[in-house]
Amino acid sequence: MDGLQVVEKLKAAMPEAVHGTGEFARQHWIETRDNRAKGVLRFLRDDPELAFDALMDLTAVDYLNQGMPERFGVVYILYSFKHGGYFRVKAWVPESDPKIDSVHDLWKSAPWAEREVYDMFGIVFRGHPDLRRIQLPEYYTGHPLRKDYPLRGMGERDTFPRYVREEGA
Amino acid sequence: MGLESWMPEGVLTTSLNKVVTWARKNSLWPMPFGTACCAIELMATLASRYDLARFGAEVIRFSPRQSDLMIVSGRISLKMMPVLYKIWEQMPEPKWCIAMGACASCGGIFDNYAMTQGVDRFIPVDVYVPGCPPRPESVIDAIMKIQEIVEREGPRRAASARTNPGPELPAPTSRS
Repeated sequence: MDGLQVVEKLKAAMPEAVHGTGEFARQHWIETRDNRAKGVLRFLRDDPELAFDALMDLTAVDYLNQGMPERFGVVYILYSFKHGGYFRVKAWVPESDPKIDSVHDLWKSAPWAEREVYDMFGIVFRGHPDLRRIQLPEYYTGHPLRKDYPLRGMGERDTFPRYVREEGA
Repeated sequence: MGLESWMPEGVLTTSLNKVVTWARKNSLWPMPFGTACCAIELMATLASRYDLARFGAEVIRFSPRQSDLMIVSGRISLKMMPVLYKIWEQMPEPKWCIAMGACASCGGIFDNYAMTQGVDRFIPVDVYVPGCPPRPESVIDAIMKIQEIVEREGPRRAASARTNPGPELPAPTSRS
């Protein structure tokens, strides 16, 4: 199934959820909102014609000061083994309340990817079975892939105990 | 053999300090804290071509409790710090430390939020080895420098102690 057909089908089935569409290099995507994302994704998975049975990747982008509808875009890259096509869904998540529903019950590949997005961007996935940091240590504070996070951190790399050897003892 | 003819009584008198120092400097047992490409060079140093056994330091101990020279070879991330402390604390005194390569010495090219900028900020380093990664010859030179330090300090060597309490780090975890 062609990407454009997926877009048309989604627009027909749930017009209120589709906030925008786009195309680049014959790759189509739709944009939706945080509260609508799970419904759209469930439709894409369960519709027998679409049958996007694999979540290839789940990530996020920080559009700080870029004039986008919201600061964060959570990106879902889906693949259908049935008709061999990719499709991309972007869900806008506001900075003030960065929460979105977890899709761990739709695709088993979701939980770790959601943990990574939580770790790096601080976006909370509602209903996630085990939302812990996955890459950074548990004692880390902050979410370093946010664009307003300093490259050299907020002093985390120096807050460790110090051992010294007393001279001339 | 030569020694007997030179010393027909078979007895040599010296001081205990000298014997202990001599034994120590010729039997450094390294603990390889290898986290990156420097560890590959360290392995080359230990292998037959460069043959660290010539300096008595060929007994790589993967247990810190049996070693007295920590060679930090590689970058140390924040997540690795509890491991570094654990190993440093487990090594018995007297112990020495080599910061091998740019990352262990100063963070190298990894000047970011996830990487410590040199292990000497946290544990006492005796010898730094420049290079990215250093050649095995440089590592051998560092071992010889450690031997010089051992000889200079003699058996009395100050213990390394924690100065500021700092936050209690959680134990290293192997959970997924």
